[in-house]
Amino acid sequence: MSSNVVGSSLQPSTSAAEPVSQGSWGKIALISVALVYLALVLFIPAVNVFVQAFRSGVGPFFENLTHREFLHAAQLTLMIALIVVPLNTVFGLCAAWVIARHQFRGRAFLISLLDIPFAVSPVVAGLMIVLLYGRNGWFGPFLDANGIKIVFAAPAMILASAFISMPFVAREVIPVLEEAGTDQEEAAKILGASEWQTFWRVTLPNIRWGLLYGVILTNARVMGEFGAVSVVSGNIAGKTQTLPLFVEEAYKQYQTESAYAAAVVLALLAVVTLVLKTILENKTRIRDAQE
Amino acid sequence: MAVSSPGSVSSPELHSTPKKWWHSITKSSLPWRVTIGYLSIMLLLPVAALLLKASTESPSDFWRIATDPVALSTYDVTFVTSLIAALINGVFGLLIAWVLVRYEFPLKRAIDAAIDLPFALPTSVAGLTLATVYSDNGWIGSLLTPFGIKVAFTRLGVGVAMLFITLPFVVRSVQPVLQEMEKEIEEAAWSLGASRFQTFWRVVLPPLMPALLTGIALGFARAVGEYGSVVIVAANVPFKDLISSVLVIQRLEQYDYSGATVIGTVLLAISLLVLLIINLLQAWGRRYEL
Repeated sequence: MSSNVVGSSLQPSTSAAEPVSQGSWGKIALISVALVYLALVLFIPAVNVFVQAFRSGVGPFFENLTHREFLHAAQLTLMIALIVVPLNTVFGLCAAWVIARHQFRGRAFLISLLDIPFAVSPVVAGLMIVLLYGRNGWFGPFLDANGIKIVFAAPAMILASAFISMPFVAREVIPVLEEAGTDQEEAAKILGASEWQTFWRVTLPNIRWGLLYGVILTNARVMGEFGAVSVVSGNIAGKTQTLPLFVEEAYKQYQTESAYAAAVVLALLAVVTLVLKTILENKTRIRDAQE
Repeated sequence: MAVSSPGSVSSPELHSTPKKWWHSITKSSLPWRVTIGYLSIMLLLPVAALLLKASTESPSDFWRIATDPVALSTYDVTFVTSLIAALINGVFGLLIAWVLVRYEFPLKRAIDAAIDLPFALPTSVAGLTLATVYSDNGWIGSLLTPFGIKVAFTRLGVGVAMLFITLPFVVRSVQPVLQEMEKEIEEAAWSLGASRFQTFWRVVLPPLMPALLTGIALGFARAVGEYGSVVIVAANVPFKDLISSVLVIQRLEQYDYSGATVIGTVLLAISLLVLLIINLLQAWGRRYEL
């Protein structure tokens, strides 16, 4: 298409045909190379997850989903997400409000701090939790004396998941908050709304899609996290195993089918995340266009 | 503003005049306290724990652990492979972004959305499926075996896993810049007699450079920190395909806390360095826009 336009606008009539055919061959070649590369790296591996899971039929697939260890892993994954996602959402909202609505010394530093969880290797994040709460860690003696177990138990998995997914909400909300401006909030305040009312009635409706987007990304990351959780959990089947850990453990034990059954569940989560993400992006884009 | 009475002007002014930041924190509202409290407990405390543990090692011990032969070999595998993967995705990411922005073809929107799959797919699932597809009797691996190429459980496998997880970065950072670019400039270059190659090299590429380099750096940072997919797809043998993150875990499993801490600190330092470079690249990109 593009080269067609280029060709015709360049050389009005006579030699227009030549660049067009050249262009369309080049176009086809470029598209093919891109698609072959995507197939090798992305599409074939993605399709393989589903093919392997249903290789011996739908019955065995669902049977794999009823195993006790799988169910426990799914339960723990959900439990961690139910705790971490609200925590990080509240934090993300507060941090976004602080950063987007204020000028203060150290603002740039605060923004860089927020980037750390994404820059750090999840394994190093897990190591930090172990060094802090583990038996030989800072709080180790205190926790031991009071009989509180954090590392190799659910609390450390929650802390690690919260660490690595901390910035998502703030990152998505900051630009939306900046764009929305303060006019409406100030108007609400002048009209006598309390801070809380202003937030619920004015600010939140303005940022709802960005917020939802951040929450979805946080949830996907928390449910899918492997490295950080693997360091702090001890990976005890039926106890401290989340779904991503279950996938690896089952694969290592040559239970490829149950590994793939769990993998399909996680892949579906990823697909749902992508679909929601696309819908939300379209929503915000339409709103941008309207404004 | 001009309409409002003197009284109502002065009261917002009272609130909005920038005061000392400490003052704004002490009289701070709930969001301030939540932000600072949560960051301190969840982020700063763990980072401090790592750095303080690392500082208990004497400098000579730190150096000895950080540069022992196994550790050095993992840096080689981690950083060199990450760099190669990031660069390959630099080339193909640019190509994919170009194809998605400039051309129309069937299923384009679905393919565009699928680019983000590596962001959303848990890394252990990625490792599992790559290990199967690229194994000796896998769909792609079986095609390579006759040529004596083994991918899964070798350093090549590490590279493929890194290609998978870093795929979206360059595409997603280049795409918006490419969308903003005016086609007229290319047409002008063309009509002034520039060849296709010259047009690409001299006209298209320079404005894309900050975004392209940012994408490569983001991908590199992600690949260096990757654990889940690599640990499954590799054999994790020292001097062959053992990466630094896996070494940290191996040290931890042997209760070698100093070893884990030192190598973890090296990884942290390099991550922060790459983060700094990314911030500089992004600042450069914004300057370019203006």
